[in-house]
Amino acid sequence: MSKAILQLDALSCPSCMQKIKGALEKQDGVENVKVLFNAAKVKTDFDGDKISADKLSDTVTDLGYEVQSMKVK
Amino acid sequence: MKFQRYINQHTNQITLVTAILIGLGLLGKMINSDMIYTVSFIAASIISAVPIVLRAVSALRFKTISIELLVSIAVIGAFIIGEYNESAIVTFLFLFGTFLEDKTLAKTRHSIKDLTEMAPTTALVIDDDGKTEKTDVDFVDVDDVVLVKAGGQIPVDGEIVDGSGHINEASITGESKLVTKKAGDQVFSGTILDNGTVKVRATKVGDDTTFGKIVELVEDAQDTKSPAEKFIDKFATYYTPAVLIIALIVGLITKDFRLAITVLVLGCPGALVIGAPVSNVAGIGNGAKNGVLIKGGEVMNTFANVDTLVFDKTGTLTEGKTAVTTIKDYSNDQLGLQIAAAVEKQSDHPLAQAVVSFTNAHQIDFDSVKVTDANTVKGRGVKANADTHQVLIGNLRMMNDEQVDLTTIQHRDLENIQNQGSSTVIVAFDGQVQAIFGISDVIRQGVKESLAQLKSLGIKKTVMLTGDNLQTANAVAKQIGIDEVHAELLPEQKVDYVKKYQQEGHKVAFVGDGINDSPSLVTADIGIAMGSGTDVAVETSDVVLMSSGFNELIHAYGLSKKTVMNTKENIIIAIGTVAALLVGLILGFIYMASGMFVHEASILVVIFNAMRLINYRPKMPKLDADQLSVNEYDLSLKQ
Repeated sequence: MSKAILQLDALSCPSCMQKIKGALEKQDGVENVKVLFNAAKVKTDFDGDKISADKLSDTVTDLGYEVQSMKVK
Repeated sequence: MKFQRYINQHTNQITLVTAILIGLGLLGKMINSDMIYTVSFIAASIISAVPIVLRAVSALRFKTISIELLVSIAVIGAFIIGEYNESAIVTFLFLFGTFLEDKTLAKTRHSIKDLTEMAPTTALVIDDDGKTEKTDVDFVDVDDVVLVKAGGQIPVDGEIVDGSGHINEASITGESKLVTKKAGDQVFSGTILDNGTVKVRATKVGDDTTFGKIVELVEDAQDTKSPAEKFIDKFATYYTPAVLIIALIVGLITKDFRLAITVLVLGCPGALVIGAPVSNVAGIGNGAKNGVLIKGGEVMNTFANVDTLVFDKTGTLTEGKTAVTTIKDYSNDQLGLQIAAAVEKQSDHPLAQAVVSFTNAHQIDFDSVKVTDANTVKGRGVKANADTHQVLIGNLRMMNDEQVDLTTIQHRDLENIQNQGSSTVIVAFDGQVQAIFGISDVIRQGVKESLAQLKSLGIKKTVMLTGDNLQTANAVAKQIGIDEVHAELLPEQKVDYVKKYQQEGHKVAFVGDGINDSPSLVTADIGIAMGSGTDVAVETSDVVLMSSGFNELIHAYGLSKKTVMNTKENIIIAIGTVAALLVGLILGFIYMASGMFVHEASILVVIFNAMRLINYRPKMPKLDADQLSVNEYDLSLKQ
């Protein structure tokens, strides 16, 4: 399991959290999604064999949120 | 999806275009051109409705009935019945309001953003050949040695292996006083090397560093909801659909379509949803900036209700070391002190060590004094020969045993010192008393005033628990004016006391240094760690005071009271607005556009109200001169 931290542009509506969390959790190999509303960060564990970090970033971008940077450990 | 992203990115431009179109429409009305008027407002309605409808739909996909949905239905309704000006103005106000909300919200989140932006990004890693390479902090490993130059930021937690300098540790302790650090000293990631050059061996890197932990904690804290927020979230999930149903019922009963869609707009829970969280974000941000870490809205809420403060004595009320606090010197040329220090140097008894460090601190030279035949007399003190003198150092009993008589003045001095709660050490040679030392726990600066200040903020009872003996405990308690003292306790007995107060119906905060009182920290309603950011303390406590001062404790308590108050104000403003709008609707002077205006205004009001918390500072007690000079005893006390 790897850990990814995505820094997004500022989030303004609490429902964005639900959207992002829901969309990521639906992906195979993604676990423990945590969206920090005020910090505009997404923290998640993912299985590198099943899904790539870039795919995570794309999922969030497709929802309409700009990903500023991503850290993978 | 692409389209939605495009719209999201260009919402501000859409808002601007809408504003221009509305202006154009109003101009058309002035020159009596119905064509310009109608076309402008139709265009404005359509353009500005797009982002709102999109958001409503995407929320609906996640089974959420959002405010956007209420507004969308109302606007489409208004459009259908030909009220183009209403639909245009409502959508414009909604978009513009959201824009202002984002801007002002960013301000309340500013403190935390400042904090995260202080995080180091690169490090100069020194390789085996002594060459340095600029590396991203994420790729620095434990045991790597990094070079930090003057003005640079320490990128890791670690130990200085070479060099020295002055460091500004404000990012960790909240205190911007420069600290001198040299080889062997600990340094923290995120602190700034003001001058000098150091090489640091990393012991912790990245998110494991103290700074990384602080950032994570604060980020999490902001999203940890207070009971009020949780209630409102729950309320909103039922409230918003309820508004939809009410509007439907109103429409069916009155057969007034316009009234029904007006209810939709007026019922929006805007200020209510944002009021409570924004207060917490601002409050927690204020704390983070001032060295006070409060772990979330729930903690904030409980802390504000605390009425009993329980302190562990050592390391919180006192500095955790004994020192000479009074000295009576009856000898010539400080000979009594010199001899006392020379003899006491042989012993590792805490009282003896206090005497030695006192003479060292005052640069009294005693190296030339030769000590021989030092013998400890149990329960009495020590006997020795120093140079040509026969020396006795000990308590009154020893003096009596050896037939050394105290003069009336000496007796009075001894009594005075004992009455202050200090232990006494009498130094005698040549059959006469030469000096009396008063030794006690060093009480932290300003504790007495701080406790009084906490009482004025709402604390009802202060309690001191300690493993120390009763006499010392009472002496400390007397000086700082604490309400209750319980001494000679084991850690588990401290927990029992905390539980006892809770059973009596008190809300209890336990203040400890986090070293051996974790059980009490966890048991109390609020655990407050006064350790200088030790890992255990940060994890087990609810509130962490970074620089361990009493000022922070006052700040934390005052801040939590203010934040909870602010949350309540915001909820009242929000509910008041909805109520006032409904009354206005019934009385017939509120319509859709004016209702939306009042809504957006109320949202800004609650944000501005919360922003007052950003700069909150409690009044700090003034220290009196006695306490400031506690360690600065003048040696001119010869009598």
